[in-house]
Amino acid sequence: MNLMAQLPVLPVVIPFVAGALALLLPKGRAPWAWATFVSWLSFLASALLLREVAATGPVSYHLGDWPPPWGIEYRIDLANAIVLALVSGIAAAVAPFAYESVRAEIDERQSPYFYAAFLICVSGLLGVTATGDAFNIFVFLEISSLSTYALVAMGGRQDRRALTAAFTYLVMGTLGATFFVIGVGLLYHATGTLNLADLHLKLAGQHNRVVEAGFAFILVGIGLKLAMFPMHLWLPNAYAYAPSAVSAFLAATATKVAVYVLVRFFYSVFGLDFAFLGDALTYVLLPLGVAGMFVASLIAVFQHDVKRMLAYSSVGQIGYMLLGLSFGTREGLAAALIHLVNHGLMKGALFLAVACVVYRLGDHRCAAFSGLARRMPVTTWAFVLSGLSLIGVPGTVGFVSKWYLLEASFAAGHAWAAFMIVASSLIAVLYVGRVVELMLLREPPEQGPLSEPVKEAPLSMLIPMWALVAANLYFGLRTEFTAGFAEQAAAALMTVSGGR
Amino acid sequence: MPHLILRVTTKMFFAPILLFALYVQFHGDYGPGGGFQAGVIFAVAFILHALCFGLEETKKALPQRALTIAMALGVMFYAGTGLATMLLGGNFLGYDALAPHSTHHEGQHYGILLVEFGVGLAVASTMLTVFYHFAGREPEIDPEDW
Repeated sequence: MNLMAQLPVLPVVIPFVAGALALLLPKGRAPWAWATFVSWLSFLASALLLREVAATGPVSYHLGDWPPPWGIEYRIDLANAIVLALVSGIAAAVAPFAYESVRAEIDERQSPYFYAAFLICVSGLLGVTATGDAFNIFVFLEISSLSTYALVAMGGRQDRRALTAAFTYLVMGTLGATFFVIGVGLLYHATGTLNLADLHLKLAGQHNRVVEAGFAFILVGIGLKLAMFPMHLWLPNAYAYAPSAVSAFLAATATKVAVYVLVRFFYSVFGLDFAFLGDALTYVLLPLGVAGMFVASLIAVFQHDVKRMLAYSSVGQIGYMLLGLSFGTREGLAAALIHLVNHGLMKGALFLAVACVVYRLGDHRCAAFSGLARRMPVTTWAFVLSGLSLIGVPGTVGFVSKWYLLEASFAAGHAWAAFMIVASSLIAVLYVGRVVELMLLREPPEQGPLSEPVKEAPLSMLIPMWALVAANLYFGLRTEFTAGFAEQAAAALMTVSGGR
Repeated sequence: MPHLILRVTTKMFFAPILLFALYVQFHGDYGPGGGFQAGVIFAVAFILHALCFGLEETKKALPQRALTIAMALGVMFYAGTGLATMLLGGNFLGYDALAPHSTHHEGQHYGILLVEFGVGLAVASTMLTVFYHFAGREPEIDPEDW
């Protein structure tokens, strides 16, 4: 077998098979070790794939040797190679971290099921990203979502509210997937094909109600999945009550993959020639993106629970990506892709820091963070640094994102949008600063269960967390991987879609 | 013993239902049918058994642990076929690699047979797992039984 030729399918297949196998492993350490090994393997495959795609251009893989447009094609270009690397990279960081965290939060007897669901979720997210087939996207979207509902519900042992959160997520997520598949069905009716590249060719010049309805269904369906501002109601509770390691993984990957799907449909399938897309960008994405940036960020300021605060902040950050997309320019698209990756890195690091606090103090409300700098300094500084990245301080990935977003808004002639970005960043200063102030300047609580002396989190949690913090700093200074690849990807997508 | 007629009828129907499931399973290549439908029919036989003899009796015949293993095995049959074709030099699920020298795509038959068997196994055991847990009506599912 030629390993390099099979590379496009490996990141998806490896965790899928391994997930089924994890179900059969004995309880305890084995499923975790297996999941960690597999997620590293998957990351390795994704990284090799990214290198190959960057060197030689898009790769196409025909499942079952059926040529496209009849068979399922996995088509990897730079845009999805970056997302594959991000998702599998975050999985590779969260999996080793999960051992202690999951042992503390989940019944040990459930550990094979937890890691099986985790691996299947990874496989589903990677599948959505890798595939070049519209219906296959739906299938993998469901695979990742169903396993996510189970993972969120496993937080029920810590907090019963996880069960209602998972149920709400299930209802909203299923609605989103249904809308998406109705949209795909309408497009199939109009064109007779499901292959994304072929859809693009056959949709060219079609401006009828069927295609427009299909577009609207897909926009709303994926909008639900990516927590576009007024459709975000499932997200805060799901992230707040899920097991800590799951929150970190989901916050860094799930909504990002949905944003990628939106990009793929906008630019690779419909293209800017499709007049309806321009209207949707200007009258839907732009206002909703800006509204999300402000409303969700403002709600985040008033949260008493740090996980909920970070979850609302995620909704706000999605707003930045939508704003970037809504310009309909190459720069805007590049900025959205850059922020997609960077936001994954910073939210991953932040949620892992919260998971360390939950591990030692058993609480993710603001009170637990009081005086944390004296009790858990290593965790505190990881939180502070990735918090600075979230705000967009120079030297971090957040700054790179904001810089490209600002450039894109000026290039698109929306100087007011640049003002909005800066203004909403100031709100981020407020909500991050509130927690940082608690950690650095306040005294630890003197009474109650939170006042007991605690140690720093164990090394197996600190190392993955700091690896992500280091990524925040490294990619903040060296931008050729994130920004460079994203700009090339945006340029390639723009060529396909007929933009400039 | 109450419901004697129901019990006798169930015993009569049990084996034919399983046989019909296997027919649908293995005739799926040539006509309507396939792993998904067959899996549901297969599970129905056990659900009928549980309805007439009680869930505990069915669980004695087919314990939850066996179903969990069958679920994982079903997925692994499917994905394993894909891996096997990859190891034999084809693409993922490229069945022709299973019988490379065949003049009439014999590999396609082997491949779809194995994959559909995996689907049938996974569907039947998942259906039964769902049924066990709904019918069990425990306020809290014991983590041991997931």
